[in-house]
Amino acid sequence: MAMLEVKDIYKSYGKVPILKGVSFTMEKEETKVIIGPSGTGKSTLLRCINQLSPPDKGQVWLDGEEITNPKTNINKMREKIGFVFQDFNLFNHLTALRNVSIGLEKVKKIEKDAAQKRALQELTRVGLEAQVGQYPAQLSGGQKQRVGIARALAMDPDVILFDEPTSALDPELIGDVLDVMKSLCGKVAMLVVTHEMGFARNVADEIIFMEGGIIVEQGSPKEMFTNAKMARTKEFLGRIGALYGEDETGG
Amino acid sequence: MAADFAQFFLNSLPDLFNGLGYTLLLTFISITAGFFLGISLALGRVYGNKIVNGFCVGYIELIRGTPLLVQLFIIYFGLPSIGIIFTPIQAALLGLSLNSAAYQAEYLRGAIQSVESGQMSAARSLGMNKLQSIGHVILPQALRISIPAWSNEFIYLLQYSSIAYIIQVAELTAEGKFIAAHTFRYLEVFAMIAVIYLVLTIVSTEIIDRIAKRLSIPGIGAAKQVSLREG
Repeated sequence: MAMLEVKDIYKSYGKVPILKGVSFTMEKEETKVIIGPSGTGKSTLLRCINQLSPPDKGQVWLDGEEITNPKTNINKMREKIGFVFQDFNLFNHLTALRNVSIGLEKVKKIEKDAAQKRALQELTRVGLEAQVGQYPAQLSGGQKQRVGIARALAMDPDVILFDEPTSALDPELIGDVLDVMKSLCGKVAMLVVTHEMGFARNVADEIIFMEGGIIVEQGSPKEMFTNAKMARTKEFLGRIGALYGEDETGG
Repeated sequence: MAADFAQFFLNSLPDLFNGLGYTLLLTFISITAGFFLGISLALGRVYGNKIVNGFCVGYIELIRGTPLLVQLFIIYFGLPSIGIIFTPIQAALLGLSLNSAAYQAEYLRGAIQSVESGQMSAARSLGMNKLQSIGHVILPQALRISIPAWSNEFIYLLQYSSIAYIIQVAELTAEGKFIAAHTFRYLEVFAMIAVIYLVLTIVSTEIIDRIAKRLSIPGIGAAKQVSLREG
């Protein structure tokens, strides 16, 4: 049984259909990257998975439990699904340390000292042990996003959803964040929406190409980059490749 | 002349202090009660369902759409005719609290809505329920943001509490009127009273500023103002 199963998800905003039947599965510790043009519903899909925007139709299953079932305790399920936001969304009134520990304290009800000890471990893991006492406004974009990743990691999630984690960053700061994400490969399942083709190519176990609210094609990076079946996939990857340079590795 | 005024001032002090006591009592109790009621109204407006929201909007509009004096008259002079009788101080406390709640609700609502929506998404995605998200993430930011507006409300309330003299509360202005009516020294008496209000206002503004500074966090509301002033 797959760890995460997304079944036939539909979602509209008003009369505009965004997702038109998306299905895929993820295994434990797998890294899956979703690519595709802007406005294709990639971010909406992530928000449908953890029910920040509940889908209109379709099901999401995690570890054999249906998240989309109204009877499921959604807060319990969200503990198992980390979310890393494009614009970080760190808690502005808390230090880096408290940003990471607050979920442990308030949701997992872990004692404050133990929670902060764990938070310090996670911040060290993302290379920010020197910034524990700083507030979000005092951190660079790359540091903020690494705190965001530490915040997700601290909850011991089964899967972390990354919603364009590097899109709001200066180019020179992207590498640090991608390095941290790479270091998590094989330790926790990651579902990453990104335009970083280098990351997709080198790190992903599988790439999903989405356009127009559906999955056009999915496969291993090798298949997708060298031997895509669909003309549209080839065209998209070709154009992105031309834009960023074929040899770009994304760190 | 100066000695005469000094003597008059000293003679008036006990009464004025009595009045001052009532003024402070009215202000502190009303701002506190108004705060808790106001925060409930603000949360009801932002997060409540249609019915809750409608009730909160109705209350706020009703209070803000009618003069405080009329509200006090209704409570003190009007309600006895349907059997609800308050002492002057009870009526004033009730009226000022209900009135302040509506204004504080609007300040707080503005502050809550100025917290980016992503903060709520992030809190919920960690597994916090709505109440936890509001309590641990939204309000700590919104309250800081609302401090400058709240400081305004405090000063207003301090001064508007003088209206309570019309329903026989022996607060500062009422004591002044009493002394002036007996001595005919209107100018001196009300000048003294004006100075007392002024000092109270300056002191409380300073205290609230210090609290705001102590609570300030880089990047949030009041902190920005402080750094602007210092920069």
